[in-house]
Amino acid sequence: MASALRDSDLRDRAWTAAASVADPEIPVLSIADLGVLRDIRVENGTVEAVITPTYSGCPAMNMIALEIELALEKAGFAKHKVTTVLSPAWTTDWMTEQGKAKLRQYGIAPPVAKAGRRALFGEDKVACPHCGSNDTQRISEFGSTACKALWRCKACSEPFDYFKCI
Amino acid sequence: MATMTDAPLFQYTLRLADTALILGHRLSEWVGHSPVIEEDLAFGNMGLDLIGQARALYAYAGEVEGKGRDEDALAYLRDAGDYRNLLLVEQPNGDFANTMVRQFLYAAFAHPYFEALAASKDETLAAIAAKAAKEMAYHVRHAAEWTIRLGDGTDESHARAQDALEELWPYTGEIFEVDPIERALIDIGVAVDPAPLRALWNKTMDDVLGEATLVRPRDGYMQSGGRAGRHSEHLGHILSELQFLQRAYPGATW
Repeated sequence: MASALRDSDLRDRAWTAAASVADPEIPVLSIADLGVLRDIRVENGTVEAVITPTYSGCPAMNMIALEIELALEKAGFAKHKVTTVLSPAWTTDWMTEQGKAKLRQYGIAPPVAKAGRRALFGEDKVACPHCGSNDTQRISEFGSTACKALWRCKACSEPFDYFKCI
Repeated sequence: MATMTDAPLFQYTLRLADTALILGHRLSEWVGHSPVIEEDLAFGNMGLDLIGQARALYAYAGEVEGKGRDEDALAYLRDAGDYRNLLLVEQPNGDFANTMVRQFLYAAFAHPYFEALAASKDETLAAIAAKAAKEMAYHVRHAAEWTIRLGDGTDESHARAQDALEELWPYTGEIFEVDPIERALIDIGVAVDPAPLRALWNKTMDDVLGEATLVRPRDGYMQSGGRAGRHSEHLGHILSELQFLQRAYPGATW
């Protein structure tokens, strides 16, 4: 019983430490905001952080794993490891509301619709993160990272990144 | 412990991995050469998706094989005759129209294929496929839009897109082939039977090519052999570049 309590306490501390890791490509978001941090397990004193990639080829995953290990080390956990799981596949639906608000403030339009109902030429309605107008236009399906598309606002003329919905 | 399905499962996973890697490599060849910066980014992103899919598939193939080969060993240390990719994806990039039409032909198949594979009884393949399906949805949309823009564009872009279609069409038959290795896996719910997906692929072709004012080529003689390791001369050239570092400096890491 006492040990179970200790484990849950350790888990909370480890979660706080791991959750503080920022996405290296979108530093306003933590991996908890993104939904990349799936779980923290504590067993026999070893902390296991479970993460999931946003895209198959996301080059940030190695960096994120390394930063989690560093964060856990700094928080005083001697034994830790990071495990990557693929199932269920990450979806933008897991991004927290707080995460979406942070993205908008940062100038990136957060994902809009629920994922998975994409028609071949289905158009998203994306609000401009600068002026809020819905009079926007997609410039390119692929942006500066795999998870973003390039858009522009026809009201305020500013270009912006849109975090794609998957 | 080897089971009955290990060898076919290894082969099947390897085929999917090789197709993803070779197409990913082909797209990466465009980076820095694209007509506009948005397309440079798009090729980089699509290539990254495919290489990411390949990595997950190779890692799993190595695990299934159980001989200690990891993703790098499978990607870098096999010769052309051991590669099992579709012939379509090793075809040269040609011009922009050629690359986009090739991407369209493949993605229009891969998107529904991975959606179906996401229901595989093999949990790892299902997990990799669920993610890949979402990525391929963007590829087919992007490539279809370009196919329409080029086909329904200037006389020059129309002619080039039509030429690309004629040139690549003979490689589309292989996409739907099923050999005994795959048949055995289809029967136990691990692999996807491509036959029922053909109608959807045909519809995508007809819709997009129609809008692009391109003429769908007739199904004539179809090239085949990638899954048996019989490749066009292009694959060796791809591998000479892709594998150079590991061949010249075995075990090099960074």
